[in-house]
Amino acid sequence: MKRLLCLSVLALFLLPRLAQAETPEEKGRAIAVEADARDTGFGDSTADLVMILKNRHGQESTRRIRNRTLEVSGDGDKSLVIFDRPADIKGTAMLTFTHKVGHDDQWLYLPALKRVKRISSANKSGSFMGSEFAYEDLASQEVEKYTDRWLRDEEYGGQSCFVIERDPVDPRSGYTRQVVWIDQSEYRTLKIDYYDRKNALLKTLTYHGYQQYLGQYWRADEMVMVNHQTGKSSRLMFENYKFRTGLQDKDFTKNSLKRAR
Amino acid sequence: MRRLIAASTVFLAVTPVFLDETPAHEWSGSVAVEGRLFPSDPLFPEQRSQGVSLSTQPEYYHEWAGGSSITAVPFVRLDSADDERTHIDLREFFFLWVPEAFEVGIGIRKVFWGVTESQHLVDIINQTDVVEYPDGEDKLGQPMLNVSVLREWGTLDLFVLPYFRERTFPGPRGRLRTSVVVETGQARFESGAKAHHVDMAVRYSHTLGDWDIGVSHFRGTGREPTLLLDTSPSGDLVLVPFYEQIAQTGLDLQWVVEVWLWKLEIIHRTGQADDLFAWTGGFEYTVTGIAGSRMDLGVIGEWLYDDRGDGTTTPFENDLMSGLRLAVNDVASTELLVGVIQDLDSAARMFSVQGSRRLSDHWKLDVEILLFTEQDPDELLFGLRDDDVVQLTLAYHF
Repeated sequence: MKRLLCLSVLALFLLPRLAQAETPEEKGRAIAVEADARDTGFGDSTADLVMILKNRHGQESTRRIRNRTLEVSGDGDKSLVIFDRPADIKGTAMLTFTHKVGHDDQWLYLPALKRVKRISSANKSGSFMGSEFAYEDLASQEVEKYTDRWLRDEEYGGQSCFVIERDPVDPRSGYTRQVVWIDQSEYRTLKIDYYDRKNALLKTLTYHGYQQYLGQYWRADEMVMVNHQTGKSSRLMFENYKFRTGLQDKDFTKNSLKRAR
Repeated sequence: MRRLIAASTVFLAVTPVFLDETPAHEWSGSVAVEGRLFPSDPLFPEQRSQGVSLSTQPEYYHEWAGGSSITAVPFVRLDSADDERTHIDLREFFFLWVPEAFEVGIGIRKVFWGVTESQHLVDIINQTDVVEYPDGEDKLGQPMLNVSVLREWGTLDLFVLPYFRERTFPGPRGRLRTSVVVETGQARFESGAKAHHVDMAVRYSHTLGDWDIGVSHFRGTGREPTLLLDTSPSGDLVLVPFYEQIAQTGLDLQWVVEVWLWKLEIIHRTGQADDLFAWTGGFEYTVTGIAGSRMDLGVIGEWLYDDRGDGTTTPFENDLMSGLRLAVNDVASTELLVGVIQDLDSAARMFSVQGSRRLSDHWKLDVEILLFTEQDPDELLFGLRDDDVVQLTLAYHF
């Protein structure tokens, strides 16, 4: 008994030191893991997206897309993106199998030719539909794709946030690093600063209008990406979020890609 | 038709509904005006040096909650220069039923097989609509029953093709034709059943990691006719398409290695005068964000080989295709594809330019240029030596 007590006293002394011993890297990783854990178990989701591209003169152009996502346990999500507008790309669809490690698998369906074309997902830094979003900004954000480092805690948008830096593991990423603001109460991403390959601030993404679904999963109604180097911006608005709609693996195949409407 | 609908209603009752919003009675499609200009004088006085043409391809789609659907895509082109180019086709008109782990399509459909860019050797289900554009990308609708078996070990597709579609060829006034006009009205068939011969095809396809694999076999009326010299009832010299019964086995492979796509298509065909072994193989390499911009540049290289040599009905018996594909990634989705197919046994060369740009949410402009240089008299493309063409298409998409 006495020894136990002794031990616990010892432990009391040790605890704060252990906490101090957590490196910024460990803390950053722990935050990323917790954010990921809180988003685990949603099953599948569908959403309608409207994307508004704005050039530096303020001229706007609209895109309409639908998204279907299937959570895959033990690996990255599967997603099917269907393009509805502009009318000339209607019926075009993209299937992605995200992987925690290595490159994603990606196929594009070209409806005029009825052709399913395997494409290289290594070119992840490319623009998505002419917008300020790169493919990698919209891909499933797996913990394994970054190395994390906690920078500081600070207020952002009236909320206490962790600020972490994450460096893409993939050398083909368009970024050297990203600085991410995550709120401490719900672990939602509120803002990301993207630094280009020359380590200059390239873009800022902000999340707006978070809503909670199934009493657990937070999704933003709007994402705004501003390119600081060109003055262009893109707004991505999400409507009609639905969860656990019953989507299965068979809804994410090359055949279902051809059928997707 | 009524029975089809009744059948689908039954499936509706047993298939779980997973998406509560399905496209109902949806219309889309395009209307286009196209201008063609041939800068060189034609070889034959009846051929025209320019043409204007109107086309439309509306699409109707309806889906029931269980995933079954009906698709109808008619196509009409009216051409000022060539009566053979003025044509109607039902590109698609089919019912699709999607029970668990199967897909059953019945009606007129378009099916694409293959991986390469310069030509599509393996792709055999649909007939080529040659009068549309000589690159072989436009296809006629094919009546079929298609059953896809979707399993863990891959996809097995079975096709029954009860009716054959004859290839389209430009008429006497048209350009981009053989020197001797192809008289499609006199087409001959090896099979006594003619166009009603029931053709069969099977294809297995699968994805294994970075590999996409397809193996196919086709037995029936060859899509690529042998052109026979003959005389028309009026005594003119004509070419007559002869459609043999063939067997064709095909293999298509694609391997993704980082930003490289490695591609190979091989076919073996029997039933025509000479057995045929042909392949197309090469790569596509893409660089994103060239010169600090957001533009993507793709480099394409493919070797086209056909062991029939000069006896081929294809112009590519030993040729090298090199191309550049530029995607500007701007709001207008500006794209440019420039390619050269160089004959490795002669100086014959074909240049191709394809550009497109969106003008607004509904309007799109396409530019296509084909140039034929140094064509030898013994080359299949010799008849096209003065048929360099510039084509502009303005399309309204809805």
